Amino acid sequence: MTIEINGESHELPRDPRVTLLDFVREHLKMTGAKKGCDHGQCGACTMLVNGQRINSCLTLAVMHDGDSVTTIEGIGSPAAMAPLQEAFVKHDGYQCGYCTPGQICSATAMLQEIAAGWPSDATADPTDTPKLTREEVQERMSGNLCRCGAYANIVDAIMEVAEGEAA
Amino acid sequence: MRPFDYKRAERLEHAGQLAAAEDTLAIAGGTNLIDLMKLQVETPATLVDLNHLPLAGIEEHEDGLRIGALATNTATAVHPRVRADYPLLARAILAGATQQLRNKATTGGNLCQRTRCWYFTNTDQPCNKREPGSGCGALMGRADLHAVLGTSEACIATYPGDMAVAMAALDATVEIAGEKGSRSVPLREFHLLPGDTPHIENVLEPGEIITAVTLPTPVGGKQIYRKVRERSSYAFALVSVAAALRMEGESIAHAALAFGGLAHKPWHDPRIDDLLTGEKPSMALFDKAADLLLEDAQGYGENDAKIPLARRALTATLIDATGVSA
Ligand SMILES: Cc1cc2nc3c(=O)[nH]c(=O)nc-3n(C[C@H](O)[C@H](O)[C@H](O)COP(=O)(O)OP(=O)(O)OC[C@H]3O[C@@H](n4cnc5c(N)ncnc54)[C@H](O)[C@@H]3O)c2cc1C
Ligand code: SF4
Ligand code: FES
Ligand code: FES
Repeated sequence: MTIEINGESHELPRDPRVTLLDFVREHLKMTGAKKGCDHGQCGACTMLVNGQRINSCLTLAVMHDGDSVTTIEGIGSPAAMAPLQEAFVKHDGYQCGYCTPGQICSATAMLQEIAAGWPSDATADPTDTPKLTREEVQERMSGNLCRCGAYANIVDAIMEVAEGEAA
Repeated sequence: MRPFDYKRAERLEHAGQLAAAEDTLAIAGGTNLIDLMKLQVETPATLVDLNHLPLAGIEEHEDGLRIGALATNTATAVHPRVRADYPLLARAILAGATQQLRNKATTGGNLCQRTRCWYFTNTDQPCNKREPGSGCGALMGRADLHAVLGTSEACIATYPGDMAVAMAALDATVEIAGEKGSRSVPLREFHLLPGDTPHIENVLEPGEIITAVTLPTPVGGKQIYRKVRERSSYAFALVSVAAALRMEGESIAHAALAFGGLAHKPWHDPRIDDLLTGEKPSMALFDKAADLLLEDAQGYGENDAKIPLARRALTATLIDATGVSA
């Protein structure tokens, strides 16, 4: 049983209790993804699994045989930052930075979801094609809490990248 | 988490056999079960992973739609047929949880999610649902989230979900498979009231698995999901109203309503649908509908406010759905 993480294949753990988050952080020592609540409430552990964002604390590693996972380490590096990472730096989209890897993984998937036309609770009618508004971004990012309250700057950073992509 | 054995169900018959074993639970998205296993509220000896069964499809079914038990909440909410013909269902799903959770949450797991009662999730507290016979912490303590309809002396918990409330209004059917074969149950009868067995929350027998939910022919009309909660995103409902209502000329031709946050199950009272159908909408009619809904409502202190809240949420929903002005 193997799992691919940021393009590299790894053996899955034997103990079925190990969550995907603990597997990545404690077994593979990739500590970009953070553990905030360990109960699916804060979003600090957000990873992309087969392209979709999920809370890696609420899923067992053994349930991901054959899956392909992207963590913040796979999104960009200090030497080669992704556009969202650059925008977070530019707009001060963080204070302590603990929530930031989750915010950026989440926002990466969110921009694809809007591009794919997925509605959200902020979309007036589910049949509408969602628009790229602050209100949409706020609703769609509601699963990523920031205890420092950097929300306004986080939305600024995401909007800048989103508008750049749309242009 | 307590140690457990992990087994993968490769075929449906296999899943039933595995799940029928003692101390065994099925796992789908895991977003509720793993949470509760970490708290040791759930301590299964064996987990049966359903994710390899071919139950994730969403397909045409007679004139309606069949949503597989493993279809994620996201897949359902973004499905073109759901958005166009059952917007109520898309709205209810999108009003719940977060995108990360909805990407994992499944139809079957969502229907079977456990209550969010504080005492249920805290193993230091008494709770008849978690430990039959231990007492009800909420009846003696904090009951802000709790039910006002259909409660019992043993338990006043609510069913917390949103998706099933929409499905109750849409008169969906739950398809179930087990060792003894398969059966279907109207969604409105799938969840149970607590009575003196609050640990039994739905009609599933040991070893039975939900395979799909089917939606009947679309009813059209206005479809509204009004969710009242403590903050405007990412919170469970205090009260929710799901309404599918179609006007013909000046009167209501079809009305189907269901309510969340009020009871141990998505609440559907056929008397309300009957009262509204064929009538001209008016504030007096809406008042009567609320009277019927809340006739036997009982508050437990902190949740007393749910009673007037439910009346206002119902009235506001009917105003939106019919265009009558207050
Ligand atoms: C922070 C947070 C906020 C949330 N907010 C909301 C909200 O606002 N509204 C809302 O509706 N929900 C909310 N949820 C709950 C979420 O919707 C559920 O956790 C999810 O739907 C459960 O689905 P799952 O597939 O992950 O289930 P699992 O966790 O895999 O399973 C849940 C239960 O269902 C059983 N089960 C699963 N599949 C089947 C099947 N096919 N047949 C029989 N039994 C089965 C399991 O044995 C288990 O007992 C929230 C959850 C979290 C963690
Ligand atoms: S209301 Fe039900 S779930 Fe909550 S403590 Fe009482 S018995 Fe347990
Ligand atoms: S650590 Fe996973 S959501 Fe908080
Ligand atoms: S920057 Fe500190 S929690 Fe978000």
